[in-house]
Amino acid sequence: MSSDLAIETRGLGKRYVLGERGRTPRRRNREEIWALRDVDFEVELGSAVGVVGHNGAGKTTLLKILSRITAPTTGEARIKGHVGSLLEVGTGFHPELSGRDNVYLNGAILGMGRREIKGKFDEIVGFAEVERFIDTPVKRYSSGMYVRLAFAVAAHLEPDILIVDEVLAVGDASFQRKCLGKMGEVSHEGRTVLFVSHNMAAIRSLTSRAAWLDHGRVAAAGHTSDVVSAYLASAVEEEATGVVDLTENSSRRTVGKWMAQRVRFTSVALLDAHDEPTLTFGEGKPLRVDMRFEVREPVRFLELYVRVKSTEGQRLFTSYGGQRESVLQAGSYQATCEIPDNPLRPGRYVIELVARAADPEDIIPTALAFTIEAGYLEEENLRYAVSADGLVRVQSSWTDLEPVGVPADLAREPRFVGP
Amino acid sequence: MSAASSLERQHSQTLVIRPPSGFSSLGIKDLWRFRELLFFLTWRDIKIRYKQTLLGAAWAILQPFLTMIVFTVVINHIGRIKTPVPYPLFSLSTLALWYYFSNAVNLTSGSLVGSGPLITKVYFPRLAVVISPVLAGLVDFVLGFLLVVATMVYYGFTPPLRILLMPLFVVLAGLVAFGLGLVLSALNVRYRDIRYAVPFVLTLWLWATPVAYPGGAVPAKYKLLYTLNPMTGVVEGYRWAVLGLGHIHYTSLAISIGTAIVLVVGGALYFSRAERAFADVI
Repeated sequence: MSSDLAIETRGLGKRYVLGERGRTPRRRNREEIWALRDVDFEVELGSAVGVVGHNGAGKTTLLKILSRITAPTTGEARIKGHVGSLLEVGTGFHPELSGRDNVYLNGAILGMGRREIKGKFDEIVGFAEVERFIDTPVKRYSSGMYVRLAFAVAAHLEPDILIVDEVLAVGDASFQRKCLGKMGEVSHEGRTVLFVSHNMAAIRSLTSRAAWLDHGRVAAAGHTSDVVSAYLASAVEEEATGVVDLTENSSRRTVGKWMAQRVRFTSVALLDAHDEPTLTFGEGKPLRVDMRFEVREPVRFLELYVRVKSTEGQRLFTSYGGQRESVLQAGSYQATCEIPDNPLRPGRYVIELVARAADPEDIIPTALAFTIEAGYLEEENLRYAVSADGLVRVQSSWTDLEPVGVPADLAREPRFVGP
Repeated sequence: MSAASSLERQHSQTLVIRPPSGFSSLGIKDLWRFRELLFFLTWRDIKIRYKQTLLGAAWAILQPFLTMIVFTVVINHIGRIKTPVPYPLFSLSTLALWYYFSNAVNLTSGSLVGSGPLITKVYFPRLAVVISPVLAGLVDFVLGFLLVVATMVYYGFTPPLRILLMPLFVVLAGLVAFGLGLVLSALNVRYRDIRYAVPFVLTLWLWATPVAYPGGAVPAKYKLLYTLNPMTGVVEGYRWAVLGLGHIHYTSLAISIGTAIVLVVGGALYFSRAERAFADVI
């Protein structure tokens, strides 16, 4: 192993056997899955390396092998120095124990010594902003407090190599930024950081090199900007270059099978501000839904709807295209629905398309899925992100406080300051 | 090397992760490095054991005490088994030990599965979660033994000087429990039957062990089976030390010590083999 590498893997592989839980598997009908295959991977000492890839690409398996949680099936990994891994926030937190006790317990689980925790205790509690509740059992904490305390312990870990899985998905935006800042410090202190995230902005700002895992193999490795671009490009390609064919959509609800369908959607695409089809939008960026459909026989009173739903099927809003009085002759048509002030928070969403002509003609509950990316690292969106919570973000403005029903002389001189 | 000085020491400690083959090391060295974690896990087990219970640590005393009352009625009054010291003292002293043993076996056998979230998310020597209930149970034993001392005072009983040897028998009971715990906890990861079997077997085992009755009460035709029970030597030796009753049966004691060694060594080997799959199977 060359002397300037912190982590080096050669031919690393991990095989899972499905259906093995409980009884010993019958050899014949067991199914094998290679979560990782022939992974050659290097991390230089003191560098920050990002790992990107789709869900199930083997990112977490790689981290688990490097953290010695699970053993590889083939190959080997060489690691120089103590590894601190953070695959989950609050591992080992016990709900019955106080915040104080949990800091010690969690610290010990993450590999800190008692003296080390004691020395950092005040800093940890201050970072988490839970000073007042430190002797309360954590089961009485709000989820935000819980996550803050758990993250604070982990953030004060000082291993030679820090391995972090997608843990930034929890906590509010301002705290996430605080944690990212802390991780940035860690990598600047010359320690090695291995960081998995779906947040490309975070990967870009924290790491200089990256590896892209695809179906258990390393698809690309190198400078972060190159790897991330390649990964994002593939993501679009994989989902039909952003234009989704609807002729054979499996979610389609054919209304009234006995009647010939007169209107049928053929394709849909989401366009960005440059008219490019894409399935990933920055938060607050305008959305345009470009839909194509076929009219098989003349139809009157056509109505089109574009509905945006959460992945769980919760309807967020519906855009109605109005009713066309005139008769539409048979042929192919195109319509565009523009949402200039896109209120969606970062996450994954689904578009449903509906065509009606007095009666429903074509309904496609899952026409297309797209992603809104967190923009909280961009200063312009900071204001939204900090205040935002919930499914959608709306523009709002506030007036100054006006006293109502308070004696005029008291209202002028506030008696209570602060909480 | 251009790296910072804090990184210098790493050169001597390159960790190689390979697919496991044969018996992998148990990570005794790691256990030493994680000794503070072992301390914290034990401390956690003690701290949470009676959290949000009305009676709290009184449970540690109530269990042997109430069992003693039942035994006194059933064995002493109905069964008419006579003992050289007042029966409540006779049974309570061994019950304190038995509860330590039985709770330790019960808790260790469920320890790995109970720590599943920990095992799948962070590395540490898995042995630590098996050891901590055995250590944490000692606190309960001490509380139970205080009750024994109080009973001695009540009956005006003066224990022999060799009561100072008592801890040796407690350690022996702990080792048997630990050895069993190694095997059962690892088995429990794969076969959850263990969870149901263990409390049941422990109840039967209590009756096969001279906890509620003196060894002399066992009929001759069962003597061999009785002697083969590894807990017989432990309990008899303990009673010999605490109450000054009977003699040390070297055969029983040798069987107990031998079983403890076999269980701990064999359990450790089995555990180390099974360990590699814990995170994947739990």
